[in-house]
Amino acid sequence: MGSQLGLAGSRGAVAGGDNVAVLRGVHYAVDHKPVFRGLDVEIRRGEVTAIMGPSGTGKTTLLRLITGQIHADAGTVEVDGQDVGRLGRRELYALRRRMGMLFQNGALLTDIDVFENVAFPLREHARLPERLVRSLVLTKLHAVGLRGAARLMPQQLSGGMARRVALARAIVMDPDILIYDEPFAGLDPISMGVVMRLIRSLNDALGISSIVVSHDVREIALLADQSYILSEGQVVASGSPRELQDHPSPIVRQFMEGLADGPVPFHYPAPDYYGQLLAPGEAAR
Amino acid sequence: MKLLRELLQGMADFLGRAGAMTRFFGRLLWMTPAGLLRPRLVADQVYNAGALSLAIIMISGLFVGMVMGLQGHDLLARIGSEESLGTGAALTLLKELGPVVTALLFAGRAGTALASEIGLMRATDQLSAMDIMAVDPMKRVVLPRFLGGVISMPLLTAIFVMVSLFGVQLIGVQYFGIDRGQFWSEMRSYVELSDVREGLLKGLVFGIACSLIAVFEGYNAEPTAEGVGRATTRTVVVSAVATLVLDYIVTAILL
Repeated sequence: MGSQLGLAGSRGAVAGGDNVAVLRGVHYAVDHKPVFRGLDVEIRRGEVTAIMGPSGTGKTTLLRLITGQIHADAGTVEVDGQDVGRLGRRELYALRRRMGMLFQNGALLTDIDVFENVAFPLREHARLPERLVRSLVLTKLHAVGLRGAARLMPQQLSGGMARRVALARAIVMDPDILIYDEPFAGLDPISMGVVMRLIRSLNDALGISSIVVSHDVREIALLADQSYILSEGQVVASGSPRELQDHPSPIVRQFMEGLADGPVPFHYPAPDYYGQLLAPGEAAR
Repeated sequence: MKLLRELLQGMADFLGRAGAMTRFFGRLLWMTPAGLLRPRLVADQVYNAGALSLAIIMISGLFVGMVMGLQGHDLLARIGSEESLGTGAALTLLKELGPVVTALLFAGRAGTALASEIGLMRATDQLSAMDIMAVDPMKRVVLPRFLGGVISMPLLTAIFVMVSLFGVQLIGVQYFGIDRGQFWSEMRSYVELSDVREGLLKGLVFGIACSLIAVFEGYNAEPTAEGVGRATTRTVVVSAVATLVLDYIVTAILL
């Protein structure tokens, strides 16, 4: 697949050992409402790690902690051996240059075309001859199958195409870590298959580490080497997708089998149903 | 008691926001030398904020000038000094009307465009994406837009005043038949360079205020459609009030 993509990976020994990111005892709250209560997660180098869990369990928050957009209230978040919470802006930016992130909606810059979107990190961080920029951008666009769309504007792309362009932009600086936030959300089956294949093949061809936040169980089972399921601020299960399929925990079973009711209730907390229906006036609201 | 509490809360919110805007302004000033090293980005924004506002500035300027011609002539005819129309209009336009009306128009056209553009970039994760790519959105997005606005405003003020004077001349000379030579020569005799400086200084001060308010509101907009709408509305309202308050302060200092 690496040759099909037209990419070649080369990674030397780096800091952080076997793990590219480690979260230890992380506590994080928003408006005094706890999101994480002693979260422990290890992201292995060179693997595709999936972060799963019901909506609202803080999966995207976890990514924001890893990228240093927010900081843990307690505990440590280490990426490539560096404590993200202790880094200054300059050091954080140096670390982020080794990361690529695919946002749920692509987050392409809407005032420039596809080519310029992919070239954006190169133009901002490296003074390269225009010929080199051109060939780098076209290589990455070729890898995601959109070399022919180089001069389209983001508004002219479908959801799947926008995500593939964003993926080309995320890999243009040859990152060590690629982070995907809900990469399959809202995609048709063909686009989903394409994105899935790209995540796996880019991970292997470039020798990078991938973190995928998703709740698409079937896709993740085919894709991930290691998965974590989060619920109520903690990791409730971890392991390979096969191990998770056979997990005895009721919440893991509910999540993996997509059951409407279970430890995660179908109904949002509410007063007694019949009492509320029969109550007069304002009390019925 | 409740009213007092709400009043105090309102004051605390206002002071908090004013403090945040001052810090934001400080960051922009600190970054300005680096921003000027990328003149292409600033030039693009001078085009967006300035060149694209030209039509509204020129059309408004022409009609403001023509109304001044009508009203000024009516007023001066009562005291038999119609030939002073050019001088009166020029001083009014240069010292007050030009900078203030330009700032109000600028806030309505360029200010809202800046606030909504930056707000939408926030709502669609474009600013977060830049931040993740180790590109500071303050430097890459906010600063060029702020500088573009600051550079554009004095230029737009000058253009507004020139077009308005043309409008005054159109009514005074062409319509009412005031002597063309007298109209222009009296203006040249009484209007001093300091008056022009005052107008341009006000244009610069209002440009800083309106651009700062627009980029601040856009950058801090809630990332929702409603939030961007609110930021846009606040840009116009706060810019208009700030322009009038600053106008008084600058005038009091200069007089």
